Amino acid sequence: MDVKIGLECHAQLLTQSKLFCSCSTDYHNAEPNTHVCATCLGLPGALPVVNERAIRYGIKVALALGCTIQPKVIFYRKNYYYPDLPRGFQITQYEFPIAFNGLVRIESDGGKEREIRIKRVHMEEDPGRLVYRGTIDTATYSLVDYNRSGIPLVEIVTEPDLKSPKEARIFLGKLRSILEYLGVFEGDLEGAMRVDANISLKGGERAEVKNISSYKGVEKALSFEITRQKNLLRRGLTVQQETRHYDETRGVTLSLRTKEFEHDYRYFPEPDLVPIRISNRIEEIRREIPELPDEKKLRFIAQYSLTMEHANALTFDRHIADFYEVVASKIDPKLSATWIADVLKGELNYRSISMREASKRISPDDFVAMLRYLKKGVITERGATEIIREMLDSGGKPEEILRSKGLASIGSDEIEKAIHAVIKENEAAVKDYKAGKKEALNFLVGQVMKHTRGTADPKEVRAMLTRKIDGEI
Amino acid sequence: MIRKEEIEHIAWLARVALREDEKDLFEQQLSSILDYFAVLDEADTTDVEPTYHVIGITDVVREDEPKEALSQPEVLRNAPKKEQGYFKSPRIL
Ligand SMILES: [Zn+2]
Repeated sequence: MDVKIGLECHAQLLTQSKLFCSCSTDYHNAEPNTHVCATCLGLPGALPVVNERAIRYGIKVALALGCTIQPKVIFYRKNYYYPDLPRGFQITQYEFPIAFNGLVRIESDGGKEREIRIKRVHMEEDPGRLVYRGTIDTATYSLVDYNRSGIPLVEIVTEPDLKSPKEARIFLGKLRSILEYLGVFEGDLEGAMRVDANISLKGGERAEVKNISSYKGVEKALSFEITRQKNLLRRGLTVQQETRHYDETRGVTLSLRTKEFEHDYRYFPEPDLVPIRISNRIEEIRREIPELPDEKKLRFIAQYSLTMEHANALTFDRHIADFYEVVASKIDPKLSATWIADVLKGELNYRSISMREASKRISPDDFVAMLRYLKKGVITERGATEIIREMLDSGGKPEEILRSKGLASIGSDEIEKAIHAVIKENEAAVKDYKAGKKEALNFLVGQVMKHTRGTADPKEVRAMLTRKIDGEI
Repeated sequence: MIRKEEIEHIAWLARVALREDEKDLFEQQLSSILDYFAVLDEADTTDVEPTYHVIGITDVVREDEPKEALSQPEVLRNAPKKEQGYFKSPRIL
């Protein structure tokens, strides 16, 4: 089935103050309506003034996406009535956005490289936040918090080049990665990225799905929408051009039955803001753009002889990439890659925490210390994993954990003793092994590991066990 | 000329409820306003750059420095309905 998906991605920019006023953007754990002023509250007579840094961040994003920057931007009013917009209009860009025509490369299913065209990049202000007591269906009123009102957003609009919900998710992950590399965005902040999706199937009209507010939500919402449209077409019905709302908790899209159309927004130039010429800033900002994920990946492969998989895993998140580079500068880069890409990342995923959060508990130096113990044979691989888990869960330094948990691997004398005991206790298994049953050896290794509480190196145990038993034959 | 359905649509966009007599009144008034502006259509604007802004200045920006916000009680002072630090509004989906 031929599916076409285009995304409108709204990303919050990490400025200190809002787009048009000086209210702080540090509102994430704040009481409602404590980060607002006359301007972002839309009080009569209050005048917006553009935040220079926000404009620069917008240009930076557009450059990183390979867009053509426009000579000037003009802000417009987009008029519609909704409680999250205190003035009855949102200040956004329309005919004169920051940039047009960019490109993002993604690795689609099976590693196939695909190019996703970017149609335009523009800036706008975030609306306020609506809160419902109970569920959105049963609440009789909504509560409004304007702390978010006026936070600078950069909106990135793609061409309908995405072919599946999975590709949409991959694209969004790549976009997040690029924005985080630029230092203008923090993807794990609540509501930092919100997406509207346009989706059409061959032979049907385009539907717009609004209100997708998580990375996983994109794939779910689009999958639901494809199934819904397919079912309509199969039954010989038509897919109507409409706007639908994604209900995250139920995983469904609902028709908004909206009576508003594009021309109803009555866009016109915002009379309170003058045009801003941006050409003069471009070269300076271009020089500030750091190495981006694709370049870093290639460099990691060349510089540290990493596999493509490891290089991918290590460069996706800027914080992981930075962590890796510090570790790799102090100890075997390949060993570091394995332990960060395979083990540490797995433990982070399991706990649903980001590297940014985790770095408050694990420093690169802690990680190097742990790897040194492993290399010297002071701890086993299991002990190393145990140290990572303990650092993530309770903090602490590797040497402390090593001591308090008794993780130091034991010498061959003690393994010898344990083997001796296990062979004595499990005569049947030994017999089975001697009779050619290879699985019996796994059982015996397990028993020795149990005896030594995991502080023995399983490879060593296996070798010693076979030597011992085979020697007896 | 502006039609009654358009008046109703515009009123809906502004979330304003109009009585029948008001609709008739606005139908006349908005029509005459549009007629008045129609005079502009007579001017030849070929090769004239559109005016996006009437004052000639550009590039007014401010530094990214946070300043003190209003206090929550001040923010909510004009709100007809509030609850636990929030503005209260009718539910709209
Ligand atoms: Zn403000």
